[in-house]
Amino acid sequence: MTRVLRLLPYAVAIAVALALPRAMYPVLALDILLWGLFAMSVDLLLGYVGLLSFGHAAFWGLGAYAAAIAAKSTGVPFAIAALVGAAASAVLAVPFGYLAIRRRGIYFAMVTLAFAQLVFYVANEWRDVTGGENGLHGVPRTFPGLALGRSADFYYAALPLILLGYALAYRIVHSPFGHVLVAIRDNEPRAQALGYATWRYKLLAFVLSGGLAGLAGGLFALGNGFASLDLLHWTTSGQAVLITILGGIGTLWGSLLGAVIVLELRDALTSAPEASGVVTGAVFVVIVLAFRRGLWATGRDALRRIAAPAVSARIGISEGEVRHGRS
Amino acid sequence: MEYIALQLFNGLVNGSFYALLSLGLAVIFGVLRVVNFAHGALYMLGAFAAYLLLQDFGVGFWVALVLAPIAIGIAGMVLERLLIRRLYGLDPLYNFLLTFGLTLMIQDGVRLRYGLQGQPYPAPAELAGSVSAGLVAYPTYRLFVIAFSIVVCIAVWYVIERTRLGMIVRAATERPELTRALGINVDRWVTPVFGFGVALAALGGVLAAPMRNVSPLMGSELIIFAFAVVVIGGMGSIAGAVVAGFLVGVLASLAAVFNPALENVVAFALMAVVLLVRPAGLFGSLEARS
Repeated sequence: MTRVLRLLPYAVAIAVALALPRAMYPVLALDILLWGLFAMSVDLLLGYVGLLSFGHAAFWGLGAYAAAIAAKSTGVPFAIAALVGAAASAVLAVPFGYLAIRRRGIYFAMVTLAFAQLVFYVANEWRDVTGGENGLHGVPRTFPGLALGRSADFYYAALPLILLGYALAYRIVHSPFGHVLVAIRDNEPRAQALGYATWRYKLLAFVLSGGLAGLAGGLFALGNGFASLDLLHWTTSGQAVLITILGGIGTLWGSLLGAVIVLELRDALTSAPEASGVVTGAVFVVIVLAFRRGLWATGRDALRRIAAPAVSARIGISEGEVRHGRS
Repeated sequence: MEYIALQLFNGLVNGSFYALLSLGLAVIFGVLRVVNFAHGALYMLGAFAAYLLLQDFGVGFWVALVLAPIAIGIAGMVLERLLIRRLYGLDPLYNFLLTFGLTLMIQDGVRLRYGLQGQPYPAPAELAGSVSAGLVAYPTYRLFVIAFSIVVCIAVWYVIERTRLGMIVRAATERPELTRALGINVDRWVTPVFGFGVALAALGGVLAAPMRNVSPLMGSELIIFAFAVVVIGGMGSIAGAVVAGFLVGVLASLAAVFNPALENVVAFALMAVVLLVRPAGLFGSLEARS
């Protein structure tokens, strides 16, 4: 019975994911799931290692370009192209991460931001490969035996890969490796004293996070049929951070909630892109000032306030232990 | 050879802007522990203030050079009082994110009102033309920009390193609790210091107006370069910000002699090298780590 109850949220989530393209444009539905994955990759570092990457646009954008180039030049199935994007970003994350994890806190944010801008300029200059300011258009998406012309079809074809990305993020966080990450976040010298080579854990987390962002970016390029410079711009990194914080730092699934809100908002404002910047900025300011816990944690605590007293009274444990056992 | 000399001057001009912006960032970070993402947007507002002063009131460059930084500096102090102040007790990342949100609002707000098109701004008549500077003839206005920003940087350095006011600011930077215990009201200096750093950014904006078109996004890339410069120089170090600013400007322009594509990349490559060899920055101490 408990087992069934525990699986219930996943069943609901998959049902929602399957029904989503019927509730909104399939393109928007796909974008929400992909931005959610992108924001999750940011949360993996921010929420579980305590590192704010403000340069994840580099991985999202490189994933997009690599997947677009793979699909255009070789015509491989879209899934392979997306994995090429993920691999390219993971590889790029090795040197970036190696240098960036030498600093922490605010410096880490600035260093990652600067490195992402480096990628932006390289893409801008390397016109033969990236198309410069025009970007790459007409990116094909194929898969043997499937007709992927319509956006809804591609949504369902890409869904398994996206869910795989979520599952990977979830596994990372809930593995022994993930617990070491949290230990580093909470107190790095202590983790070192316990014998962990913390820089290796941080670097691996950075590479995994970059790879997930690359997977999301690759699927984004394939789904939308283009890769362009603004995918690499620092405002894109900022959007991902916004989604993460709006959803709730260190909650993973909150990123999906954040993505729904931010992308719906942006969709409602497509006719006035400048206004969209003002609104996004204002949302950022309000969240940082007044809503730092994010949607997921706020909602979860509200639910818990209703449900927890009865449960913990029955089993006889405190609120803190409930939280510890569940995390 | 002429080209190299020309690029050297161009590098000094770019370095002037990097230095002015990084200097403001360093002063603000030193006292407030805030990395002001909106610095580039405030630089742009400085240029726009000069442009509006000319368009709507017929006020020229020299007056704007004084008025615009004061006006934007006051706007900065209002921001500090209303918003930034609320997050002091928290991780500095939150103020970084707050000022990022403000950047989007300011940039796109200006864009909404004035469009993306750059507005030309005339150089002052006194500085028109060019003068012979060794091998090449170089625009007088640009030489003025180099000289003026060097003077400003030295003046700021002097105030901070050699005056009583600077001593208080430095003490508040290094040991805020101890400074308070010695009877100095540190909090009183927080808002003016923020306003001062912002005014330096706006000053850079006014200086840039006659050279670069006045446009809403003129500060959006500059701020990232300023971050790289600050990391290279060592966060919170006044001298580091200035030296690294000019260094990055000159090296980038000279690299462009070999390949124009390298110009934008040099700052970040240099940052990578500094992180590898001396993670605290050229002039930084590791104690300043947060």
